[in-house]
Parts: sequence; C-alpha cells; structure tokens
Amino acid sequence: MMPELGKYADAVLSSYAVSIALIVVLVALSIRRSRKLKVELAAIEERVKHG
Amino acid sequence: MSIWEYANPVKFIRTTDRLMPYLAVGAVICLVSGLVWGFFFTPDDYRQGSTVKIIYLHVPAALMAINAWIMMLVASLVWIVRRHHVSALAARAAAPVGAVMTVIALATGAIWGQPMWGTWWVWDPRLTSFLILFLFYLGYIALWEAIEDDDTAADLTSILCLVGSVFAILSRYAVLFWNQGLHQGASLSLDKEEHVADVYSNPLYVSIAGFVLLFIALVFLRTQTEIRARRARALIARERLT
Repeated sequence: MMPELGKYADAVLSSYAVSIALIVVLVALSIRRSRKLKVELAAIEERVKHG
Repeated sequence: MSIWEYANPVKFIRTTDRLMPYLAVGAVICLVSGLVWGFFFTPDDYRQGSTVKIIYLHVPAALMAINAWIMMLVASLVWIVRRHHVSALAARAAAPVGAVMTVIALATGAIWGQPMWGTWWVWDPRLTSFLILFLFYLGYIALWEAIEDDDTAADLTSILCLVGSVFAILSRYAVLFWNQGLHQGASLSLDKEEHVADVYSNPLYVSIAGFVLLFIALVFLRTQTEIRARRARALIARERLT
C-alpha cells in the first residue's frame, strides 16, 4: 500500500510527520485551553454570584 | 439581521457553538481525503520525483499563513473603526494558528528545497518575506501577552497588524515584484502554462479546503476562549474593587 518514494522518502515522510505533528499539537492545545477556561470562568461566576 | 449582531460575545459563542461541529467534521474529512489522495494515489513528477507529494501540505499551509494575517488585518480594522471586542479577540485567536501555518510552510519548503535546489534555505524574496511574516506573527503574539490592559493591547497589535500586512502581501507577490530567486511562481493559476496538472491539483484543492475549514474551526474555538478569558479577567478585577 505504501507508495514507492525512492530516494526522496526521507524528505516526503519528514514533511508529513512535522506538519501533522504541528497540527495535532495546535488542535490539542486549543481544545485544552478552551476546556480549562470554561471551568475557570464557571467557578469565578459562581463565586461572584454567591458573594 | 446584521453582521454586527455577532459582535455580541454571547451571540457569537452561541452561533459558533452550532457551527463548529460541522466545520470540524468537514476539516477532518477534507484533510484526510486530500492528504491520502495526494500521498497514495498521485504519480511522481517527472522532474521532482516523489517530493511533489509535499505540495499537499506546503501550498495549503502557505496559503493559510498569508490569509490568516489578512483575516487578522480585517478584524483589526473592525476593532480600530468600530471598537468591537470580539473582532480584536478574533485577531488575537488567529495569530497562533497563522504562526503554526507559517512554520509548516517554512519547514516543508526547506525540506522540499534541499533535494530540489541543493539547499535548505536561500535568501530568495519569497522565502525572506515569509520568514519576516513569521517574525511578525511572533511579535504580534508577544505584544498581546506583554500588555495587561486589553484595549491598549488591541490598539497596539492592530497597528502592528497593519504594518505586517505589507509582508503578508509581499510574501504572496514577491515572485512577481522581483523576478529573481529560486522559488517558482503560483502553483494554482488561471494561466494553463503555470497551473499544475489536474492529477496534482484536484487533491490539492481538497487539502486546501481542509486547511481552510480547520482554520475557521480553530479561530472560532480560540475566539470563544479569548472571550471567556476576557470575561474572567473583568470579573476578577470587579471582585478586587468591591
């Protein structure tokens, strides 16, 4: 199934590895920060509401 | 109904919450199918061999790197003219996404350039303007982090964004302005002489669609986060006063 990449296999595979890794990290960090802020804001709003 | 209704943070969060699942699913479908199609089912180029497969990452990332800055420019102008906080926060949210796209474009370009040009890097007009654009992204992110007052930060970063737009546009048209350097012209062009063959361009369009959808979904998610962070800071400040 793997295509024959010949002498450029390292270049092609490293391009895909670097790019996919960067995208996955970006998405993961964005989701993690979003979840963290939702929880933090809910806690602050609760605290403010109840004095 | 007016577009300015979405300047209301609650309305923005409610609307983007509804849209994000569709955007995320669309991004995954387009990215996976575009990359799999390009990687597994396209032939080698007669001159570039299998390195042509790098095009499915390099071109969409470069496209998004430039267009993310253009989106930030529009959002910054909206902030400067109409003082809508959501637009300033959307620009802030887009910057790290644009910076990552620039890194991908620079990294895949260097990896592609080494076997084709015999060098990882050359001070070619397009490469150089792209590197400067990346430095602008870093400066823009650092400026937001460095200033405590949100409105002052939005003002100053908007000005920086206006200045950086010169390099965003330059990185797109550098090849035309200075007819020199190693980097080729546009891969996708209305000119049939310049346009890559359909066998390569069709999966490329799918991959570009994936990058665009991913960018929009991430900007929506990150803008929501920035809105919540701003509200949290405002509530904490109010608490301290009372």
